[in-house]
Amino acid sequence: MQFLSQLKAGQQAVISAIEAEESLFHRLSALGFRVGKPLSIMRRASFNGPLHVRLGTTDVILRVTEANRIQINAI
Amino acid sequence: MKRIALLGMPNTGKSTLFNRISGASARVGNWPGITVDLMSAKILLGGNIAELIDLPGIYDLHGFSEDEQVVRHFITNNPVNLLVVLLNSTQIDRQLSLLLQIKKLGFPIVLVLNMADEAKRAGITIDTESLSQTLGLPVIQISAKYGDGLPKALEAATTIINQQNTTTNPQSISLLLKEEHDIEHEMHELIQQHVQIPATLTDDSTDKIDKVLLHKWFGLPLFFAAMFLLFQFIFTVGAPIQDGLAWLLDLIRSELLNPLFSDSPKWLSGLMLDGIYNGVATVAAFVPIIILFFLVMSMVEDSGYLSRAAFLMDTIMAKMGLDGRGFVMMLMGFGCNVPAIMGTRIMRSRSMRLLTMLVIPLSLCSARMQVFIFMIAALFSPSHAPLVLFSLYVMSFFTMFLTAVLFQNQYKNTEPFILELPPYRFPTPRQIVLRGWHEVKHFLNRASKFIVLGVVLVWLLTNFPSNVAPASVETYAGQIGVFFAPILDPIGINHELAIALIFGFVAKEIVVGALAVIYGLQGDALMVQMATQIDWVQAMSFMLFTLIYTPCLSTIATIKNESKSTAFMWLSIIWSLGLAWIISFVFYQSARLLGY
Ligand SMILES: Nc1nc2c(ncn2[C@@H]2O[C@H](COP(=O)(O)OP(=O)(O)OP(=O)(O)O)[C@@H](O)[C@H]2O)c(=O)[nH]1
Ligand SMILES: [Mg+2]
Repeated sequence: MQFLSQLKAGQQAVISAIEAEESLFHRLSALGFRVGKPLSIMRRASFNGPLHVRLGTTDVILRVTEANRIQINAI
Repeated sequence: MKRIALLGMPNTGKSTLFNRISGASARVGNWPGITVDLMSAKILLGGNIAELIDLPGIYDLHGFSEDEQVVRHFITNNPVNLLVVLLNSTQIDRQLSLLLQIKKLGFPIVLVLNMADEAKRAGITIDTESLSQTLGLPVIQISAKYGDGLPKALEAATTIINQQNTTTNPQSISLLLKEEHDIEHEMHELIQQHVQIPATLTDDSTDKIDKVLLHKWFGLPLFFAAMFLLFQFIFTVGAPIQDGLAWLLDLIRSELLNPLFSDSPKWLSGLMLDGIYNGVATVAAFVPIIILFFLVMSMVEDSGYLSRAAFLMDTIMAKMGLDGRGFVMMLMGFGCNVPAIMGTRIMRSRSMRLLTMLVIPLSLCSARMQVFIFMIAALFSPSHAPLVLFSLYVMSFFTMFLTAVLFQNQYKNTEPFILELPPYRFPTPRQIVLRGWHEVKHFLNRASKFIVLGVVLVWLLTNFPSNVAPASVETYAGQIGVFFAPILDPIGINHELAIALIFGFVAKEIVVGALAVIYGLQGDALMVQMATQIDWVQAMSFMLFTLIYTPCLSTIATIKNESKSTAFMWLSIIWSLGLAWIISFVFYQSARLLGY
């Protein structure tokens, strides 16, 4: 099992599961985090800071804590 | 009257469209969560007057942050005749979910796909006609920023409004809201059939800029360098304009007003000229600088750089119990603390909201900036001036960070940090002018309410009782100063200045006006006089105190409203007063010890 938080900048993956409480789940899906969707990591901030992720046409930044809720299969 | 509401995800251009249709000047910015409250305007649509409402952005109908609650509350309590659902064309692949949710609630809808210009540049094509047929509602692609497609959208809205006279029933909406629907599949089908998105977007200018501005190591230094340059710019361009205006206003007094009042009783000319005119004119001289400042602010806000600042600063902010969005609120506070405090509505955790709200009032707002520019010009050499001002901005950050660190354990939270990164944009001249005008109106509004009243009161206190010398210790103001001497002497604030600080509680603009009234002078004469009365150490101590203590009554009222807690409001007031005194004390006493 691999989490979004483990990916390096430049890597791509497909979302396989999202484990979050209801409100966070809704917010994530409204921003495009849905099972089966491909994404790519644009960059990671230094000192284990936020990740910059691109899903389709949307760019999102999120913390490692939140990226830990998202399971992925790297491509 | 028919009621039309604009609904959509954050940052899709609702307020831009609202302004365009109604001619209003709602605040627009390239940041999700600029609008956090309802705004309405009357418009003429198809010969009838209708009410148009700009709603905050909402990600989905199940969101529970304060700004999203405003929307839920609105649609479950107010009947509407039409919902204009606004989606960002370039992000239709995900934003369509909101439309499908809304559609299930049975609203009459016009679907407006905004940012047609950006979609075109990105190579995204949407077949609006077939989409409209499948969805069974009008679909129009527009560009709210440039006005393309607007007539068609209004036409579609008019048709629907005229066709049906029923409004939605809020009760049934709130029942329907409880149901969950699976829209994933439907959304996927619609996008497949009606939208073409190229594998890689054809416009990569944002990516190129991000490579530099979000650079792993240079990103933050670049951010602070950019800030420094912007403030340098405002200062170097604004200060001479302000000087010129002050000179002009002085001329008006000596050439026009003095002769006019030469025959009136002494108290009347005193009140009108030394009181109101001097006070208000001194404040008014700052209008150009304030406009310039907000023009720069509006460009920064509209550029999309704020979200980048959130990315760059989040790691540091996390150490203080805040997040990147909190940092953006601090930056917005540089304009005015009030909207920045309201902007915290996008946070869901109450603890994080409160911590952010405790910090924001320490942000060096434009009203405080006026006091500083004024005092710096009077007491520091032109070559030192920009540096002194910059050091006050550094101090502002320092006090904010200190406050957050000290209070973070009281306001522990686990608020998730997820934020959209919009593309870089540039405001149109129209948007810039609109924003500048908005700030002038805001200033005139404050001026007419607080400033005139404030300077009149200061004048009365410094000129009565009438048998003593104006501004002397025997006047009421002097007595108040003597009363507060035990706390203000140790920080180097003399009796004359005390009254200015007290009225600064109401609004910081009054401080500048009050100084003019206290010394009974204006323009250059006032500056010269001040320089003989206080030295730079006292001035710096005064500025530090002004920077840190409670910004104004409006901010206090906003804190109380947003926190819904009187205790929290008092905490904010007492903390800032205490911190102001301690820092001024430490500065003043050590400067004196060092022999300055
Ligand atoms: N390129 C382009 N930009 C647009 C268009 N309409 C709006 N914008 C920009 O999009 C950004 C967001 O606009 P707003 O009107 O503040 O969006 P909003 O939906 O009111 O946002 P919130 O109040 O935060 O929910 C601003 O930078 C606008 O200038 C458009 O048609 N084309
Ligand atoms: Mg808005």
